[in-house]
Amino acid sequence: MSLRVLMACCCAVASFACGAPVWGNDVLIRGATIHTVGVRGTLMNSDLLIRDGKIAEIGRGLAAPKAAAVIEAAQRPVTPGIFGGLSALGLTEVSAEATTVDVELSLGAPAWQQQWRPEFDVTEAYNPRSGVIPVARIEGLTWTILAPRSGDSILSGQGAAIALDGRFDAVLARSRALFVETGSAALTASGGSRAGQFMLLDQAIREVRGGETSDSPALLHPAGREALARYLAGGRVVFHAERAADIRRVVAFARRAGMRPIISGGAEAWIVAAELARLHVPVILNPLQNLPVDFDQLAARLDNAALLARAGVRIAFSEGETHLAGRVRQLAGNAVAHGLPWDAALAALTANPAQMFQVADRGSIEVGRIADLVLWSGDPLEVTSVADRVWLGGGAVEMRSRQTELRDRYAGAVHQR
Amino acid sequence: MLASPLASSEPFASTYRPGTATTTLIRGATVLTGTGERVEGGDVLLSQGRIQTLGRGLDAPVDARVIDAGGRWVTPGLIDIHSHLGLAASPHVRAHNDFNEATSPVTAQVWAEHSVWPQDPGFETALAGGVTTLHVLPGSANLIGGRTVVLRNVRALSYQEMKFPGAPQGVKMACGENPKSVYGKKGSAPTTRMAEIAAVRQAFADAQEYGRQWEKYREDLAKFESKRRGHGSEEAGNDRRKRRKQISTGDKEKGEHEAQDQEAPSPPKRDLSKDTLLDVLEGRLPVHVHCYRADEMQTMLDVAAEFGFRIAAFHHGIEAYKIAARLAENRVCGALWADWWGFKMEALDGIPENIALVDRPAHGCAIVHSDSEEGVQRLNQEAAKAMTRGRRLGLDLPPERAIRWLTSNPAAALGIAESTGTLEPGKRADVVIWNREPFSVYALVDEVFIDGVPVFDRAHPKPPRSDFQLGWAAAGDTLP
Repeated sequence: MSLRVLMACCCAVASFACGAPVWGNDVLIRGATIHTVGVRGTLMNSDLLIRDGKIAEIGRGLAAPKAAAVIEAAQRPVTPGIFGGLSALGLTEVSAEATTVDVELSLGAPAWQQQWRPEFDVTEAYNPRSGVIPVARIEGLTWTILAPRSGDSILSGQGAAIALDGRFDAVLARSRALFVETGSAALTASGGSRAGQFMLLDQAIREVRGGETSDSPALLHPAGREALARYLAGGRVVFHAERAADIRRVVAFARRAGMRPIISGGAEAWIVAAELARLHVPVILNPLQNLPVDFDQLAARLDNAALLARAGVRIAFSEGETHLAGRVRQLAGNAVAHGLPWDAALAALTANPAQMFQVADRGSIEVGRIADLVLWSGDPLEVTSVADRVWLGGGAVEMRSRQTELRDRYAGAVHQR
Repeated sequence: MLASPLASSEPFASTYRPGTATTTLIRGATVLTGTGERVEGGDVLLSQGRIQTLGRGLDAPVDARVIDAGGRWVTPGLIDIHSHLGLAASPHVRAHNDFNEATSPVTAQVWAEHSVWPQDPGFETALAGGVTTLHVLPGSANLIGGRTVVLRNVRALSYQEMKFPGAPQGVKMACGENPKSVYGKKGSAPTTRMAEIAAVRQAFADAQEYGRQWEKYREDLAKFESKRRGHGSEEAGNDRRKRRKQISTGDKEKGEHEAQDQEAPSPPKRDLSKDTLLDVLEGRLPVHVHCYRADEMQTMLDVAAEFGFRIAAFHHGIEAYKIAARLAENRVCGALWADWWGFKMEALDGIPENIALVDRPAHGCAIVHSDSEEGVQRLNQEAAKAMTRGRRLGLDLPPERAIRWLTSNPAAALGIAESTGTLEPGKRADVVIWNREPFSVYALVDEVFIDGVPVFDRAHPKPPRSDFQLGWAAAGDTLP
C-alpha cells in the first residue's frame, strides 16, 4: 500500500477537526475500476488525477505529475462520494439528549393556533465539528441533505445539501428544499385527519398569494410568506408520504401549487410508479421497508426500489437514522438482491440525489467535477467492503473518528493480554 | 427438589408439534456446521425431524427428497436472542403496544409470552431471513421486566404452539438510562443509577426471604408428614377427614384447626414476582441483562455474585469491547449490534468492532442480535459487517467462526444448545439453505427447515402466514 500520502498528519493540523480532509498536492489514483456513474460508465484499470480539488484527468497510463501522491488502486473500485441521505449530520450528537439535537422546530402552540415557519432553515444549526460526521465520512459519505424533522406543524422548514468536508460554510448552492410531513405520522398536527393537511397547505398558499386579509388568523409571518413564495415558483419540496393515495394527492397538490415535489418514504410508491415516472417525481426511500409498520404502509415490499426504477422513476436511498447514515450502501445492496440493477443502485447513492437537489458538480466522476471520491476495498455495495480512502474536494480524509480512537485504545489493550 | 412452587407443574406448556418432516438430503453444499467447521461439498441428511448425518457422498434414502445445493451454502437455523416480535407487533398501533409494563420498575411476575401475538407479520419476514428460533423478551423500561420465552418460528394460533419444547424461560433485566428515565419522568424511583441497583438488590433480597419461607414451610411439612407417618393409618384417616372439613369451613377457621390439631403447615402466600426471582436465585432461569456501559455491566456482575446467580448474556453491550476479557472469564455472552450507536449517552461509545473484540478472547461469546423487526431479517449481514471489521483488525474470522454468533452461541446462552444451534447429528433439523455465502449483502435464503419440516421456499412463495396480511391489496393491484 502506498501510504506516502497526506494521512498521518491530520490531528496536528490545528485548524481542522479530527478526520477533516487535508488538502495538499495532486493525487494520482492508478489502476482502479472507476464507476463514473456518468456517461462513461465503468472504466476498468484506469487512472484518475486530482488537481486543485477537482477531477483533472481520467484515462489509462496517466503520468504522475511531480510531487503527486500516487495511490495504487490495484483494481479496487472508485466511486463518487456517497450521498448520506436525508439526515441530521451536524445537527445531532446524541439522539436522546435534547440539548444536542437541533433538528426540529416546535413552538408549542395548540393546533388551532399553529404558526407555520417555512423561514426556519435548519442549515443554520449545522456544526461541521460534530463527532458524528467523521464516522459517516470514513464510511465514504461526502455529502448529505440536512433535513428538518417535523416539530409541531406539518411544515418542517427548509434544508439543503451540505458537503461533509469540515468547512463551516458547506451548504451547496441551489440545493435548498422545503420539507413537509404528511400522512398518519402528522395527524396530530393537522387536527386528526390527513385531509386537514391539505386544508392547511391551501391556507398557507392563499396567505402567500395575498388572498387573506391581515386581520384573519394567519399561519405565516411575513418572513414565512416570503420564504414559501420561493417554493411556489418551482421550488423543490420534499413531502414525506408513504401511502399510495397520499402520494398521488401530494403530487397533484404540489403541481397545482407550482412546487416541484420529491417524495420521501414512499413505501407504497410502487403502486403509483407509472404516474410518478410520467410526472418526473423522484422518490427517496429506504428499500428495506417491507413490513406493514403502520396503516400507511400495508403494501410495503422489498422490491419497491426495483419496481420504481423499472418504471422509470428516479430514486435515491436514505437510511433514516443519522448515526447509521453509512448504512445506505447496505440498503442499496439489498435493493440489488431484490431486483434493482447494480448500476441503478449506485446511481441512487450518487448521481440521482445530486440531480434531485441540483448539486451539479458532484455525484459522478467527470473531468472538471469536484473530487469527492471513495476508494473501496471491494464492491462498494457489499457489507464486507469498507472505504479504504476518501477524498473530499480533493483533500484526503484522515480515516479517523471517535470510533477508531476507541477501537485503537481497546483493541490494543486486548492485544497486549 | 421442589424448590419452586412452580416446579411441580408447567402452566402454559408448549403444545408445539412440528408438521410432517420429510426426509431430505441436501447435497454438495458448503456447510457451516455451527461448531466452527466448514465442510466443502457437504451433504446433510434430515430425517424424522433430526439431523441424521453430515458428511460427503451420502446415499439418498429411497423416500428422500434430494436437493442439489452445489454452489450454495447451508447453515443451522439462525437464532435471534433479542426479539420483541409479537410484543411490539406490526402495525405499530397503540393496541399493539404490549412490551413494556412500565407501571413498576420490578415486574418479575409478567411473562412475555402472554403478550405474544402470533399473527405479527414480522415472524414471517424473519423466517425469510433464516431465523428459526426467537428469544422474545419484555422491553427495557423496567429493572426486572419479567420472564422471557423461546419460540419456534412457525405458523401458530397461540404462543403455546410456538414455545420451544424444553427451553427454559429467561429473565429480562435492564440497567442504565431506560428505567431511570421512564420512572424519572413520573417522579418515582428509580431516578438515578444508584437507585436502580438498590431496587434490584432489594428485589433479590426479598426473594431470598421468600425462599427461606418456602424452605421453612417444606421443613415443617416434612416434619409434619414424618410425624403423621409415625402415627400410622388411623391418624392419616383423621387427617383426611380434617382436610375435608377445612375445605368446607373455609379459611377463617383454618388457623384454629391448625393450632388445635397441629394441622399441616400452610404454604406461604404465593407471589408470582418472587417466584420468578427465586427461580433465578436457584439457577432455573438464565438472566439476560440489557446493559450498555462497561461500568454498569461490571456492577451487574457484582450484583449477580452477591446473590449467587449467573448472567447468561448482556444485551446491547455497546461497551462490551472494553471489558471483553472479563466477560469471557465470567463466561458471559455479549448479545450485540453490528453498528448501532449514538442514540443515547450510554450508546455513544459504540464501535463496529465490538462483536469481533468480544469474540476474541478464549471463551469469548459474541452473539449478533437484532432487537429490530428489520435487523432480524438480515442477521447474516450484520454478522458480515462485524466479521469485516474484525478482519480489518487482523483477527482470523472465517465464515465458520462467524456463523457461531448467530447459531451455537445464542443457543448456549438460551440453554437450548443440546437441541439446536449446530448441524451435529441428533440435533433438531433446523437448517437454512442460502443461495451463496451468507456473509454478503446479496445472499438470500432459498429454503428453511424447522425440525425437518420445509417452512420456507423462496422459489415457491406461499400466501401470507399472518391473517393480518390477508385482503388488503386492491383487487386490481398489478405490478408496474
